[in-house]
Amino acid sequence: MNVFDILGPVMIGPSSSHTAGAVKIGLVARQLLGDTPKKAKILLHGSFASTGVGHGTDKAIVAGLLGMQPDDKRIPDSFAAAKQQGLDFSFDTIHLRGAHPNTAVLTLEDGKKRKLEIEAASLGGGRIQVRKIDGIDTNFSGEYNTLIVHNLDQPGHVAQVTTILAQRNVNIATMQLYRNVQGGYAVMVIECDQPIPEDLVDWLMKLDGIIKVSYINVKQ
Amino acid sequence: MAYDSIKKMLKDAQEKNLPLWKVILQEDTASQNGSEEASMQKMLTLWKTMQTTTCSYRSEERSHSGLVGGDSARVSDAAKKGKLIGDAFLNEMIALALQISECNACMKRIVAAPTAGSCGVLPAVLIPLAKKENLPDTVMIQALYIAAGFGEVIAQRASIAGASGGCQAEIGTASAMAAAALVWLKGGSAEQCAHACAMALSNLLGLVCDPVAGLVEVPCVQRNVTGALNAVGAANMALSGVICHIPADEVIDAMGSIGDQMPTSLRETGKGGLAATPTGQKIAERLTDKTIL
Repeated sequence: MNVFDILGPVMIGPSSSHTAGAVKIGLVARQLLGDTPKKAKILLHGSFASTGVGHGTDKAIVAGLLGMQPDDKRIPDSFAAAKQQGLDFSFDTIHLRGAHPNTAVLTLEDGKKRKLEIEAASLGGGRIQVRKIDGIDTNFSGEYNTLIVHNLDQPGHVAQVTTILAQRNVNIATMQLYRNVQGGYAVMVIECDQPIPEDLVDWLMKLDGIIKVSYINVKQ
Repeated sequence: MAYDSIKKMLKDAQEKNLPLWKVILQEDTASQNGSEEASMQKMLTLWKTMQTTTCSYRSEERSHSGLVGGDSARVSDAAKKGKLIGDAFLNEMIALALQISECNACMKRIVAAPTAGSCGVLPAVLIPLAKKENLPDTVMIQALYIAAGFGEVIAQRASIAGASGGCQAEIGTASAMAAAALVWLKGGSAEQCAHACAMALSNLLGLVCDPVAGLVEVPCVQRNVTGALNAVGAANMALSGVICHIPADEVIDAMGSIGDQMPTSLRETGKGGLAATPTGQKIAERLTDKTIL
């Protein structure tokens, strides 16, 4: 906790969880896709579904997808900006069993080949948690430099990824491993102290058994 | 680590022979491994943002629900016409608390202090005082460190979220932070800041969070006025030598404990209190019809 957890953030109102946090969900989803999406299907659950329009949650998520920060004055007009930038979006409600009351599920397409589905919750005070990526459980905030590798669940991939990070002097802060079934589809989420080098991502993508690599570099 | 005890915060200031704001700043930068200059620059940005929020106010604007907007202008107009109780200074605080909260509801840029729902309290008391007494930004920043220091203790010992502690945790905390800041700006001692914080929080203990239709609008916007006026009352009492008979840390613990005992219907769920009244429910139904989802 520091003084700026009490005073701040500077944000567009009216709610840190329903507006500022919603912008962050959009922003993290955009970063994970790697580009501004061309198509976005946004599903709102719980309090997001029942009070989201009144809190501008819908405008906030779209603003985040367009790369706006939580204090961007253009957030209230994000729908018009989406039209201009060719982002085709739709909203609906969903009921997720046992999910956090402020949860959104986003299905994104970049218009080329990349697709992404993420489920994220807004925890309050503008903090968020990514709960699922492409249907696999995860748990990270997007507040650190984060490398996400989707791979076949077979031996050696964790070693490959951690070795290349070590070679590039990138220190691992936290590491999580998830999979759907043994020998199936796996995801590793690695939070790092240093930014993830872009060429490292390209290199990983060429390895056998690596399905998809995405990353978030937090601006300092 | 931020302070988790007001007693400890005051003791440190006394032992180090430093002003209270400086101790809070030092403790903060030491734990972040950052520089005091950078922290103070950031605080200055927050102070400037609080002031620019008021510039974005348009009296004809309404929130998405249509429930909020225009009230600050109503108070200012009535004050100008001499219709109201109290002097211009007092009514400016009322108008400003409404104005900043209305800006929040209308999706303008605000500083959460400590939350978006209570963002009107601190600027409503600080801006008019800075103007009236011509206080420089450097002094106002010091007041913001005082406010943040007390807020940090409340956040750690109790809560600053309506969903966990009710409105006493949001408007109550904002009011306690503002009271301490005001005492310091008027030349009060660190002990008097603590008494003001304790009295302001004591006076709002038990306040529930019962937003109509679950929105940060009714009664949140108007409760910012209560937070501001209560801060002035507590600050004036402390500056006069009136003390809170329960120490600040214990008042904060009481707030936390009351929050724990509060039913969930009164903690930001929009299911109890004003939200559950026939009119509150009618408004909620009308807004559900308006929802495009």
